[in-house]
Amino acid sequence: MEQILLKNVEGTKLADIKNYTAAGGYESAKKAITSMTIAQIIDEVKKSGLRGRGGAGFPAGMKWDFVPKDFKGPRHLCCNADEGEPGTFKDRELLEKNPHLLIEGMIIASYAIGAELSFIYIRGEFVKAANTLEAAIAQARKQGFLGEKIFGTDKKVDIVVHRGAGAYICGEETALIESIEGERGNPRVRPPFPAVVGVFGKPTVVNNVETLAAVPSIIKNSGQWYAAIGVPPKNTGSKLYAVSGHVNKPGVYELPMGTSLKDLIYNYAGGIKNDKQLKGVIPGGSSTPVLLPEEIGVSMDFDSLAKAGSMLGSAAVIVMDEDVCTVEESLRLSEFYAHESCGQCTPCREGTVWMTKILDRIEHGQGVQGDVELLERVSANIMGNTLCPLGDAAAMMMLGFLKKFKAEFAQHIQMKKCPINKK
Amino acid sequence: MIQFSQSAREKVEELKRVYPTKDACLLPVLHIAQKEFGYISPEVMEYVAGVVGVSPARVYGVATFYTMYNKKPVGKYHVQVCTNISCHLEGSAQIVNTLKSVLGIEEGQTTKDNMFTLSAVECLGACGFGPVVQINDDYYEQCTEQKVKEIIEGLRKK
Repeated sequence: MEQILLKNVEGTKLADIKNYTAAGGYESAKKAITSMTIAQIIDEVKKSGLRGRGGAGFPAGMKWDFVPKDFKGPRHLCCNADEGEPGTFKDRELLEKNPHLLIEGMIIASYAIGAELSFIYIRGEFVKAANTLEAAIAQARKQGFLGEKIFGTDKKVDIVVHRGAGAYICGEETALIESIEGERGNPRVRPPFPAVVGVFGKPTVVNNVETLAAVPSIIKNSGQWYAAIGVPPKNTGSKLYAVSGHVNKPGVYELPMGTSLKDLIYNYAGGIKNDKQLKGVIPGGSSTPVLLPEEIGVSMDFDSLAKAGSMLGSAAVIVMDEDVCTVEESLRLSEFYAHESCGQCTPCREGTVWMTKILDRIEHGQGVQGDVELLERVSANIMGNTLCPLGDAAAMMMLGFLKKFKAEFAQHIQMKKCPINKK
Repeated sequence: MIQFSQSAREKVEELKRVYPTKDACLLPVLHIAQKEFGYISPEVMEYVAGVVGVSPARVYGVATFYTMYNKKPVGKYHVQVCTNISCHLEGSAQIVNTLKSVLGIEEGQTTKDNMFTLSAVECLGACGFGPVVQINDDYYEQCTEQKVKEIIEGLRKK
């Protein structure tokens, strides 16, 4: 498959608009704005089968179509560049190396939903990427691709880079909206959904960086072309897989949707470091249930991973070798969720802290009989009982580790110490 | 009385033109305030409230929600070690320990000369290149004990 998102990023400085336009950049935006109707654009994106790359996998064309057509007044597009899911580092690759591709996708999407002012919500730590984006936006304005009368039409589209300030929860779309409005990142009650009442009370679409970056190629080549890549009809296109942990060649790989996890780990990422054995792999970011070595034949797409009892999520593959203590790693993640819970919903706020306490005592030889069952109960009581998916994420992570490595948890309790860590 | 510099005031005016509401300027203005004053003290919160046009209570709520706003003074270099899963698998715990001994401080503390503050933080979004250490605005990737010692040495000489 020819690369779509990361094409030429290594050899060429695509962040410079001269190089980007020389390679045909902004032709898709021009085509969309000057020669296509909104209905045609949305139809093309629907035909492409493009599903949201942030984790939920919601069809992008359908999301755009939800914005009420008869609404009078401003609408907004928000690009989610919060990239906070542990294990995930794919969007940074695009933000730093191919910012114009994202901007071009945003111009098309903004036009398609009728937004004149759009936002890129970027995590506060990505200072370099935010500066790169600001510079790229200034270049695009200068060329007349952003601002008033873009591409010589009477259309207006502009983009504001809004920096977060260190809160994982702001990757959740309604918390992200609150954060743009200058509030604490507390997720909202739905309905109403953002497509109807979003940022500043206006109809809003929130799309991930990678989703928006796929749009120019769809407009250029057609939805049908995009839909032929990957595993049609429901898992189409190319996908950025971010591989980290105990592999020889960690990194971001753009491959067809549905590449096998085994191929990703052993072929592209060069196999397990130091010739160790694989113990487990988290396939889609820290929130997705862990898989065992015998399960890695799975195809890395939304539906196959769901069938395998996990999720594609953000396609952040975290590889763990034979020396890893799964109690210790789940403790680390549990601490993370407890730290990042916004505190609005009791099951999440209390449950994640409780989970952490139990895991901490198990790891440090203080676990008692019944702790495994208690962890299962706490997780089950968080699941489905919170406003946003952060609680579910913590519970899914925990239940995944317990299901696959229960014996190791029990062993910790029996031996009154961690049987793996030599410390 | 504290006050923004001329360039900061210009940036704030620009923000007010760009955003549809004044409230939306709060996060960016807090970022500016941190650059100007080093950290977000109660006095800075009051000042920001006046600049943006919201209540000090609102600023307090927002400033305390987001971890990047320092509510306490930090050193000239804020050394933040990612300790989440991917970096942890690559040995970030050892990096934290090395930094503790090199700097002679614990997590959350600042060296006596106000040069370094050490923090253990959650995922920095650079998981393929762990362990990752962020110092002020810069990322240092694939850190080893030797590498972080050299980085600190280099900053001390600066």
